[in-house]
Amino acid sequence: MPTITIDPVTRIEGHAKITLQLDEQGEVQDARFHVTQVRGFEKLCEGRPFTEMPALMARICGICPTSHLLASSKACDDIMAVRIPETAEKLRRIMNLAQIIQSHALSFFYLSSPDFLLGMDADPEERNIMGLVRKHPQMARDGIQLRQFGQRVLETLGGKRIHPGWIVPGGVSHPLQAEQRDQILAMIPEATRITRNALSWFKGQIENFRTEIRSFANFPSMFLAMANDANQFSAYTGWLRFINSNLEIVADHITGADYLNYIGESCNEDSYLKSTYFKPLGLKQGVYRVGPLARLNMCRTAGTPMADEELAEFRELERRSVWSSFYYHYARLIEILFSIERMNTLLNDPEILGKNVRAHASPNKYEGVGILEAPRGTLIHHYHIDENGLIKSANMVIASGHNNEAMNHGVLQVARQFVKGKTLHQGMLNRVEAVIRCFDPCLSCSTHAAGMMPLDIQLIAPDGEVIDRLVR
Amino acid sequence: MNTESGVDICTLIIENHECGGRSNQTILEVAEENGIFIPTLCRLAGLSNIGACRMCLVEVKGSNKLMPACVTKIQEGMEVTVNSERLAEYRKLTLEMLLSERNHICSVCVANGHCDLQSLAQKLGVNHITMPYIHPLMPVDASHPRFIADHNRCILCTRCVRVCQEIEGAHTWDLMSRGTKALVISDMNKPWGESESCTGCGKCVQVCPTGALSEKGQAAGEMLKRRSFLPYLSMMREVGK
Repeated sequence: MPTITIDPVTRIEGHAKITLQLDEQGEVQDARFHVTQVRGFEKLCEGRPFTEMPALMARICGICPTSHLLASSKACDDIMAVRIPETAEKLRRIMNLAQIIQSHALSFFYLSSPDFLLGMDADPEERNIMGLVRKHPQMARDGIQLRQFGQRVLETLGGKRIHPGWIVPGGVSHPLQAEQRDQILAMIPEATRITRNALSWFKGQIENFRTEIRSFANFPSMFLAMANDANQFSAYTGWLRFINSNLEIVADHITGADYLNYIGESCNEDSYLKSTYFKPLGLKQGVYRVGPLARLNMCRTAGTPMADEELAEFRELERRSVWSSFYYHYARLIEILFSIERMNTLLNDPEILGKNVRAHASPNKYEGVGILEAPRGTLIHHYHIDENGLIKSANMVIASGHNNEAMNHGVLQVARQFVKGKTLHQGMLNRVEAVIRCFDPCLSCSTHAAGMMPLDIQLIAPDGEVIDRLVR
Repeated sequence: MNTESGVDICTLIIENHECGGRSNQTILEVAEENGIFIPTLCRLAGLSNIGACRMCLVEVKGSNKLMPACVTKIQEGMEVTVNSERLAEYRKLTLEMLLSERNHICSVCVANGHCDLQSLAQKLGVNHITMPYIHPLMPVDASHPRFIADHNRCILCTRCVRVCQEIEGAHTWDLMSRGTKALVISDMNKPWGESESCTGCGKCVQVCPTGALSEKGQAAGEMLKRRSFLPYLSMMREVGK
């Protein structure tokens, strides 16, 4: 059976390849997304004191270290069986929102916008952030500035942009100062302007991408995200909820104590990325998606005025839940807007400068689970400790793992639409990659791994003969 | 020149500075009195000196051997070189060997930013390790209710052994085995939490130069070492003699 291999996939975070199986007529029969790296974080932390876990686990990733820092600290809070001070919780929320802003800005402006602005068929030499700087300098500048905003918030609070500290088991290490708050507040109007501009521009572009919207992982699936009683957007507190493609609740009130009853992980022979599935339905039927699209499908309101307006418009796209993964990009922009607004509210709360920001305790449980909405979706850290507080085992369920089966479905769907015949061209292969970019997978996180990526695609005939090959 | 106590006063040259000191003083003490910096690691003022880490090696005119300044007594007419290419190279090499042997990953260490090994490496310009890492799997002893001993971060300076014996008087810590297998042990190699001699005073934790001994509950970079007790207690010890 002929196979096309796209190796590695570019403009994603980490190392991966895609293989497309063709039949005799050159039609795509099957498609797989393979992650080609392994990290071993779950193993290397064994034997370490649990209080070291947040800093250690943050090293999984340079893009979303804060998400791991937060999920890990939440798991440690659980081990200590403490309820952290309210101010600390609010400060942690601000860190999480800043993380969402900078990561989404990276995904939208740096990685994906070259596809929208320069075209799916553009020369790959041009179709990147540098090409964007040459052709659409304002857009590139805005993207850089928006990401800078998120990074500056992280730096102001956590001391560093990459691998910040500050978030510790029991809360945060020291209170926020009024000057720091004012510095962040001063940057908010410009960040809001950039996000609103990007949103109105993107909405104007949607019509040009009808074929992509139709075929980019556009299928009914369940969605998983954090939920609460108010059905409001939540990225830090709440429980987990599964909804189906018609927005009906499938499983609700899932907490750290019972997530293993609902979420199964399956190892793949051809990829280091595990496939996560809804356990009651099994691997084949239990496909679900996480991340911005899932979160916007899940909540009824965002809880902030501008984001609520945008959310209402987003809902107009479909009567049921929004299925096309192309809309992940749209959802990302709405989430940035929400994050900026929410951050503004939190910073204007006088309690934010409270001095009580840390609960101190020894381990009171042998097990702890921390759940959080990371930029790419639901993130779970689960630790077992021994009687001295040393890690016995760790399990991490990462957003890109939840989306693995959905990405496989998406690659197959888009390949069937665009890859035809016995010759390959860049545009069709870029679309196969672009569907992966919708999910913005972070592979270093999800294989708990490293990367430079050229591209090698081979079209192989049934007898093994290479019919066509593209290398870049 | 003889003083009343029978101790000679010597004159010597350290790094082109004419210095004076008592004959029972070490090169390091006289250098410090004269504001001349000699790097140290195992040495901590208030504890005995053992010359283990070899950071304070200096050149003495007339001798081909390098001398550890912390335990070498001054002599009349001595000419001491503190900074030379050879010394700088040896010191960096020694630090590199310390850093490459066990596990010194600063970013996730409780003592990050407050570590004598880290700050000395920064000061002496050790920004790369040129030799292969060994990374032996060393035990982490978290059996004590308040403290953790992570032998992966231990550089065998024996500050803990000395403070426990000389200041606290408990002598809980000591060394076992030799070379790369050397290990600081509590009592007769019992888990720290089961030690009968340990008073739980925590002095060893405070004098430890790295994150090897730390207080429980500290996240990365949070283990501040508080050593202000040491000059007072060592002064009281001298008075007691």
